[in-house]
Amino acid sequence: MTIAPETTTPDVRVAIPSSKKRTGVLPTTGAPLVRPDAAAHLDDAQVAALGAELDAIRDEVIAARGADDAAYIRRMIRIARTLDVSGRIALAVSKSRTGWLAGTGAIALGKVLENMEIGHNVLHGQWDWMRDPDIHSTTWEWDFVAPARGWQHTHNDIHHTWTNVLGKDRDVGYNILRVDHQQPWKPRDIANPVVNLMLAPLFEWGIASYDLEWDMVGAGVKSKEDFKSDLNALKQKAIRQVLKDYIASPAAGMFFGNSFKRGLAGTVSANMIRNIWAHSVIFCGHFPDGVDVFTEEMIDGETRGDWYIRQMLGSANLSGSRLFHILTGNLSHQIEHHCFPDLPSNRYIEVAPRLREVCDRYGLPYTTGPLPKQLFQTWKKICQLALPDENRWETMKSAYLPKMFKRSAAASAAAVG
Amino acid sequence: MKSVALRAAAVFTHPAPPHDFISLFNPLSSARQMRGVVSAVRAETTQSTTIAFRPGQGWSPHDAGQWARIGVEIDGVRQWRSYSLSAAAGQDPEITVTACGKVSSHLAHHTRVGDVFFLAPPQGDFVLPSGPRPLLMLTAGSGITPVMSMIRTLIPRRNDADVVLLHSARTRESALFCDELANLSARHPGLHVVHRITSEQGRIDLSSTADLDAICPDWRSRKTYVCGPTDMLDAATQLWHDADLPESLTVERFAVATLPAVPGTGGRITFERSDREVESDGATTLLEVGEEAGILMPSGCRMGICRTCLTPLLSGQVRDLRTGEIHSNEGDLIQTCISAAAGDCHLDR
Repeated sequence: MTIAPETTTPDVRVAIPSSKKRTGVLPTTGAPLVRPDAAAHLDDAQVAALGAELDAIRDEVIAARGADDAAYIRRMIRIARTLDVSGRIALAVSKSRTGWLAGTGAIALGKVLENMEIGHNVLHGQWDWMRDPDIHSTTWEWDFVAPARGWQHTHNDIHHTWTNVLGKDRDVGYNILRVDHQQPWKPRDIANPVVNLMLAPLFEWGIASYDLEWDMVGAGVKSKEDFKSDLNALKQKAIRQVLKDYIASPAAGMFFGNSFKRGLAGTVSANMIRNIWAHSVIFCGHFPDGVDVFTEEMIDGETRGDWYIRQMLGSANLSGSRLFHILTGNLSHQIEHHCFPDLPSNRYIEVAPRLREVCDRYGLPYTTGPLPKQLFQTWKKICQLALPDENRWETMKSAYLPKMFKRSAAASAAAVG
Repeated sequence: MKSVALRAAAVFTHPAPPHDFISLFNPLSSARQMRGVVSAVRAETTQSTTIAFRPGQGWSPHDAGQWARIGVEIDGVRQWRSYSLSAAAGQDPEITVTACGKVSSHLAHHTRVGDVFFLAPPQGDFVLPSGPRPLLMLTAGSGITPVMSMIRTLIPRRNDADVVLLHSARTRESALFCDELANLSARHPGLHVVHRITSEQGRIDLSSTADLDAICPDWRSRKTYVCGPTDMLDAATQLWHDADLPESLTVERFAVATLPAVPGTGGRITFERSDREVESDGATTLLEVGEEAGILMPSGCRMGICRTCLTPLLSGQVRDLRTGEIHSNEGDLIQTCISAAAGDCHLDR
């Protein structure tokens, strides 16, 4: 009898940052060990050509940036702030149900714009070229519990570098949910849908906790000092966010004869609406059908062209109107955003058809669809992955079913035999 | 009282400062960057424009002869330059800009009343002497602007003023402030104006004392201010040095005299905090390279004077473009506006 050598598969559920530092400059020629299936039909020269084409699109947009773009982001900031102020005033002053709805809606809409089209994109450095200290990735702080600096690390650095690489991409989802078949099932995954359902309305707190990287302290990658200083930053930010939304705003309403509860209900609702919206849009970016995941081996030796391909295969878009794109912070253009994370978001809409044309020409999938469809697929996947895969079911049963059941099953089998 | 109100408002505007919300109504309100709004624009010549602006909070009134950094947005990108304030001390600041180069051309031709300027407070020690003294003002081209502020400040206020202005311009049409100077000198015997039209009369020769002796025989007894092109400043410095009168000359330099680039001395600049790497030659300043790369670099006068731009050098070496001096000590504070990469270097930005 031969004993098969035990294969040790790395636990892709625990994402440890690589010791290899990846820089922004990838080689333009060469090849990775394996190309993903969807791109296996391309040879090295084709991949290099694709990389050059996308670089050219990027250069073109950068050269075209100008006063209109600057006016766009300023207009968005003005609209978001006006909505926030007027929403709070309406909530505090009005006595009617309509006033409550209008105030709550305005705050929610202001927060959606502030977080997504403004905050997310400014923190990516999309507007740094303006050299305006008021709108710069190093100075911006957003109306969100997670402090901007910590988020920039986990999002810009980790997630955007390791997009959809199992065991490396730590973006929300990968670390608390089972989002792909290649992640080995664990009993806790039964709770997948419930965890996701709870995460949606509490999204900003989920992100804040995720940015702390508490699991990295246990793994010995993050020092206790760094953790403490991040926790401190979060505490200070969270205290002021809670003070503003859940204490000061409702209290301001009492000044005008409204109840504290009425104001609190308004600001809690506004935050929940923003959280659910952000959660929905963001989960549609990488988890609908047709999106690929990658292994660490696959990106060893990755070229610039391969990097673009990974971003295209690993992301999914949402289709919709111009207003819809703005309300998603242009994360409806997730593919374009992942290929060009620092191009101004208002330009993705004109880049999208060009990128899609490149995908078509090179025979690469370009995943997109309306929000309800993509959202349904995402939730379906999260529910399905709560259960172990069919082929694993037997092993799981033997591993996790209480011995008593197995014994009784064996007894009944023997009785039958 | 105001600060209490602001602190209360900050509870509601967090994480943005209240100023960011006040700016919805008042364009001069900002927590991070002083601003001014253009209040008047008038053409001086076909190429020169005087722009008056009303500065917001944080501005300190200027002394005659001082300059300020002005930031303006061109194609969405903020550009900074230093300009002498040509208005008299005590008045709302004005600059007189001659169209040459990207920023000055934009300011001279495209500024409208109501535009917002970004500002840094006035600075510079090209200012009037503390006590009364006979003065000689030696200016050329737009070099007259700080001197004009001095004349506008001094002449109407002091009957005992004794000022000789020797101003060079290429043509009559391009000479700044002609009418105003003629008016002033007609009304005030203490001001004597000599125009030199260089396209007709040639430049003033400062290699010997002959020209000065002819135009202003008592120049040696006067406190002299000189502002104009670099070669004029250099010649004047030499002349006053040779005449053993270096203390009675005050020079305003607006262009940095830099050494020519040494070929092959550039390198890769790594901006550590911004996580950005940029290749650069040995002649482009670290400040320009950083700004081009979209990094928010601190900057001030952009000519090596004010030290606003100091940035720690983490490793590698940089070269001072004025002196050729190489800095390579880890932690050295580098003036990015007058230093370039001399090999690979890392900056804490």
